[in-house]
Amino acid sequence: MGIAKLEDAKSSQSLPITKPESRLYMSFIHVAFISLLIGGLMGLLQTLVRSGKFELPWGIDYYQILTVHGVILGLVLTTYFIIGFHFALMGKTVGISEKQRKVTWLAFWVMVVGTIMTATTILLGEASVLYTFYAPLRAHPAFYIGLALVIIGSWVAGFVNWRQLYVWKKQNPGVKSPLAAFMVTINTLLWFIASLGVAAAVLIQFIPWSLGYAETINVLVSRTLFWYFGHPLVYFWLLPAYMAWYLVIPKIIGGKIFSDSLARMSFVLFLFFSIPVGFHHQLTEPGVDPTWKFIQVVLTFMVVIPSLMTAFSLFATFEITGRKKGYGGLFGWFKHLPWKDVRFLAPFIGMLAFIPGGAGGIINASHQMNAVVHNTIWVTGHFHLTVATTVILTFFGITYWLVPHLTGRKLTPQLNKLGIVQAIIWTVGMTIMSGAMHIVGLFGAPRRSSYSEYGGTEQASEWIGYQLAQAVGGTILFIGILLMIYIFVKLTFFAPKGEEEFPIAEEEEDAEPTPAFFENWKLWIAITIALILFAYTIPFVDIIQNSPPGSKPFDFPIGR
Amino acid sequence: MHIHKYEKIWLIFGISALVIFLVILGFGAFWQGTHPQSHGVTIDPENIEAHEAFQEDNLGLTKVGDDKYIVNIIASAFNYNLGTDEDGTPVKHIRIPKGATVLFQVTTPDVVHGFNVAGTNVNMMVEPGYISSLETELNKPGEYTIVCNEYCGVGHHMMYATLEVYE
Ligand code: HEM
Ligand SMILES: [Cu+2]
Ligand SMILES: [Cu+2]
Repeated sequence: MGIAKLEDAKSSQSLPITKPESRLYMSFIHVAFISLLIGGLMGLLQTLVRSGKFELPWGIDYYQILTVHGVILGLVLTTYFIIGFHFALMGKTVGISEKQRKVTWLAFWVMVVGTIMTATTILLGEASVLYTFYAPLRAHPAFYIGLALVIIGSWVAGFVNWRQLYVWKKQNPGVKSPLAAFMVTINTLLWFIASLGVAAAVLIQFIPWSLGYAETINVLVSRTLFWYFGHPLVYFWLLPAYMAWYLVIPKIIGGKIFSDSLARMSFVLFLFFSIPVGFHHQLTEPGVDPTWKFIQVVLTFMVVIPSLMTAFSLFATFEITGRKKGYGGLFGWFKHLPWKDVRFLAPFIGMLAFIPGGAGGIINASHQMNAVVHNTIWVTGHFHLTVATTVILTFFGITYWLVPHLTGRKLTPQLNKLGIVQAIIWTVGMTIMSGAMHIVGLFGAPRRSSYSEYGGTEQASEWIGYQLAQAVGGTILFIGILLMIYIFVKLTFFAPKGEEEFPIAEEEEDAEPTPAFFENWKLWIAITIALILFAYTIPFVDIIQNSPPGSKPFDFPIGR
Repeated sequence: MHIHKYEKIWLIFGISALVIFLVILGFGAFWQGTHPQSHGVTIDPENIEAHEAFQEDNLGLTKVGDDKYIVNIIASAFNYNLGTDEDGTPVKHIRIPKGATVLFQVTTPDVVHGFNVAGTNVNMMVEPGYISSLETELNKPGEYTIVCNEYCGVGHHMMYATLEVYE
């Protein structure tokens, strides 16, 4: 074949992580776990309120806690954990300089200041607009400014990651970039390109309008920019889980990477097809052309291809590893997977949850079927399977080794056992909560709604039983969160000192070399931008040209 | 780039299923007209009464032909305005005979709302500046709850009405 091949770089795959580095990475992870506790408590309260058996004290409003829950779990926990994990992977495979570390601290503090600003406005009841902050509901300007700071901080962190890889490549000419660094670069690229949309909405539309400098806002433009960001956002959450599945899980089960090239290919495809698809969140909106909705639906479904590739790779790794170890029979390899190792079990349950999660996603994105489920609590059930189970359980799985690795401690057998209990509690709680949400969503029960009997209609009275079930599931989940916080605190401060492995799998000795075109970043970026321009230019121009008069801000609906 | 034989089979199978699936969606959308609502009709949110459909007298249920009805609705925080009855009390319940064709037209003078006849495909976003509309046939008798399913503020869950389909 005429394709240039890249040399391997096995030697530099495993750099030591120094103390100051650990402190930096752990800072991000600390914020993530504090968020988990606060956000989880809000989740519990939501399910209790919605059961009809409980009312919030001190005049706290349901939508205020729902805003906290969505912002702190959907935006804060995920972003901080992911950045911490990204940096750990980069530090391990390509290294970080002192200067890069300093810039990352700056990014961290910019994000923290932004987070505190946003949190304060929500706690003061000045921003009960939910995490999607749809115009023309107007929050306090500090809410939007805080969000902008979080985004800008995350960009700086991403730029550092790019710089890290760039410097490494300079030092290792012609050598292929480590798979982990490649994946992190894809995900930070995805994040940067996607968040340009929401940053534009916040900086150009929301901030001037909330301050009173602009009288009106173009609602549909703001929604379109939000969802241009909102869908890739979910892939930004998912890809770090995939990194763990491709890179870490094979090592934990004692195997090798199935195929370096296919792993890279699937990440490249996720980059291409996660952005030009935001209309699938706007299918029931009046102002978007239906043909373009359909085109974006088709593009949405292209991610099925890398998803199939990922599923194949994972199970192929499981089987090859098992057979190499001599476990014969049709399913011997499966029986002998390390079920008692929580570093494997938690992410594995996450993978399983992605089967119904992905199937639900196909339904949601189906042009017409979307109308059956749009904005019903089915959707909430869906993303508690995908992000709050698949992604979160994989993040927990990462935590069990990453945190002790960074703090110089060990995951003791006892903590491992607690982790297994945690994963089971989560599975049970989520099956009940998400299951009830899915079913009652099909009956039409709305999401984002406090307890209501809707005037006592028969339909609405049927929903209440399912809301009770959600409260049962939610309570179990909250116990799971408390247990996870306990494990995290143990691993951070109290577990016995020692050395915990940073598991990154290697390729087979005789693995096929990876084609050089994977290092052609300009090509990947160019295709990504071309697809975005294709999917958005015409409908976006159409939206602007056919705009109705803009909307003045509304404060009274959120009690300001 | 080497692809394992089984993986090729798996991908070919998966991609073929995907193509068939998308063709079915496309056939439904473009040939059978099952696109989700997207008419792109605009309106000035500060002057919705300028549009005939949203003048006080035309709100709520209107019979326009044999088995043909129009329902005009103003969604605002936190109420569905379906007009008033003879005594001047606000209508909160509408009755439509089974099998009738109904055109729902909804708009809002304030923030974003939802309009969902719970348990049916009548599910639309309602946004300031646009008229959301959907024509459908209601074939299953029963009482349906109309709920606002997009967050619109502190009273969001108190925003509802009922629709009865009778034999
Ligand atoms: C104790 C565990 C949890 C419980 C009991 C819980 C419960 C809930 C409930 C009941 C809702 C829907 C409320 C409504 O629509 O009115 C909700 C929404 C949501 N949850 Fe959770 N959840 C939990 C964990 C998580 C986690 C771990 C994440 C993310 C990583 C998450 C992300 C979200 C998001 C993004 C929303 C949407 C908020 C919105 O619609 O504005 N949740 N949660
Ligand atoms: Cu999406
Ligand atoms: Cu509402």
